[in-house]
Amino acid sequence: MMKYVFLFCGTPADQAAFDALTPEELGARYAQVGRWFAEHRERLGHGNQLQGPETGTTVSFQGGGRPIVKDGLFLEGKELVGGYTEVEVADLDEALAMAKSWPGGGTVEIRPVLEQR
Amino acid sequence: MSGSATLTTAVLTDVFREEAGRVTAALIRRFGNFDLAEESVQDALVAALETWPRDGVPERPTAWLTTVATRRALNKLDRDRRYREKLADASVAPADHPDDDRLRLILTCCHPALSREAQVALTLRAVAGFTTAEIARAFLASEATISQRLVRAKRKVAAAGIPYRIPSEAELGNRLGEVLDVLYLVFNEGHLATKGGATTPRDLSGEAAWLAALLCRLLPNEPEPMGLLALMKLHLARGPSRFDAAGEMVLLADQDRASWDHALISEAIQLIERAAGRARPGPYQLEAAIAACHAEAPSIEGTDWRQIVVLYDMLLALAPSPVVRLNREIAVWRIDGPEAALRGVEALSADLDGYHLFHAARGEMLNQLGRREQARAAQERALDLTQNSAERALLEQRLLSLAT
Repeated sequence: MMKYVFLFCGTPADQAAFDALTPEELGARYAQVGRWFAEHRERLGHGNQLQGPETGTTVSFQGGGRPIVKDGLFLEGKELVGGYTEVEVADLDEALAMAKSWPGGGTVEIRPVLEQR
Repeated sequence: MSGSATLTTAVLTDVFREEAGRVTAALIRRFGNFDLAEESVQDALVAALETWPRDGVPERPTAWLTTVATRRALNKLDRDRRYREKLADASVAPADHPDDDRLRLILTCCHPALSREAQVALTLRAVAGFTTAEIARAFLASEATISQRLVRAKRKVAAAGIPYRIPSEAELGNRLGEVLDVLYLVFNEGHLATKGGATTPRDLSGEAAWLAALLCRLLPNEPEPMGLLALMKLHLARGPSRFDAAGEMVLLADQDRASWDHALISEAIQLIERAAGRARPGPYQLEAAIAACHAEAPSIEGTDWRQIVVLYDMLLALAPSPVVRLNREIAVWRIDGPEAALRGVEALSADLDGYHLFHAARGEMLNQLGRREQARAAQERALDLTQNSAERALLEQRLLSLAT
């Protein structure tokens, strides 16, 4: 078995479109996403939706000096991570099939987890 | 002495091409490790390169390569204790369907999670038995670059969990499309680079055609590989007539049609008909059908341009692209004249402004309409955008003819 993390990403435009959803549309979206999580429950580990990008803070160690704390995100203005979930499946093809059925739009980044040997 | 060495090189290439994928696939089956199998077969090929020219090609080259590669793999496993357990359950059971193994290998090398460059390098090495040096020479890259590309690609196959498996029926179409695109890229790399008599030790177009033929054998019910193979054969049939004795490029209209390889053309047409029998049209079958219209025509004027427009419309419905639209307008030009075609071409200017053939075709149409100044500007833009030296020479000639 392989362990992956799915990062659910989107652009600021995706985020704006999401924020503009009416309460009914938002309800429908959450229902679709909920069905996806229910359908794949057995393969999913821990996961969360994250609060908006404006709530993010970064600690950076660049330049090898003391950690610098800043308001905002690491990848400013490009892709935003909106949530994540752990996934355990046989191989990348299974992970790809799951990601292709994701109803939330945007982009799904698939990262294999580094397994401790 | 040099004569027999040359003969051996040709024989080696044929043997490697036929055996590399088969032996690699067999080793992956045995050891369950893509990287180990691929490395070991590569070692065996290098050993063959060293000893066969001296001692002759062994009677059973497959067995020789398999034995050497297996010994190398076992040595590596021995050195790497982490894999010891795997060795214990490595079964020696022969494959039920060795051809399935090779298909699995091709599909893994062309997995969509790999970059196109990585797909090309892996396929040439693991399936067609290219050495790293041969890939580097074919793509005018350094050996270090190719070697690093291969290492990264194999690391990704292992780390990301890319499976060594034939995908489900539903997925196969997409995955096969990826493989065909890789093979066509390799083919074009060889076909466009060839100018006059310049040949490399391993001719990429020939290798790509061989791989396409292999795919046809492995998937006898799939029509798209047949389409691709037919398309390649049609290009190869007209290949030598594309350049004159001085190595200058010759336009389709001026090519000596009698010099085309008509046996190859009829092979291609048989393939197209066989594919059509499956009633599942696809982009490569349509491209091949268009190329066949040209190959069968007695002259530019005698070409069935209406049929070509119909085929382009089918192609656009399956796989819309601005370059295909441009080619369709060039066929329209032959039927309805430059004014109608130019209207269609102008509509593509936003998409194709960086494409030299867009400006070249537009320039020709403007010239026919007597708009000389605009024609010259378009041809100059085409020249600016062209890197290929043979194409540059042709465009320069056109500009000269506009000046007179």
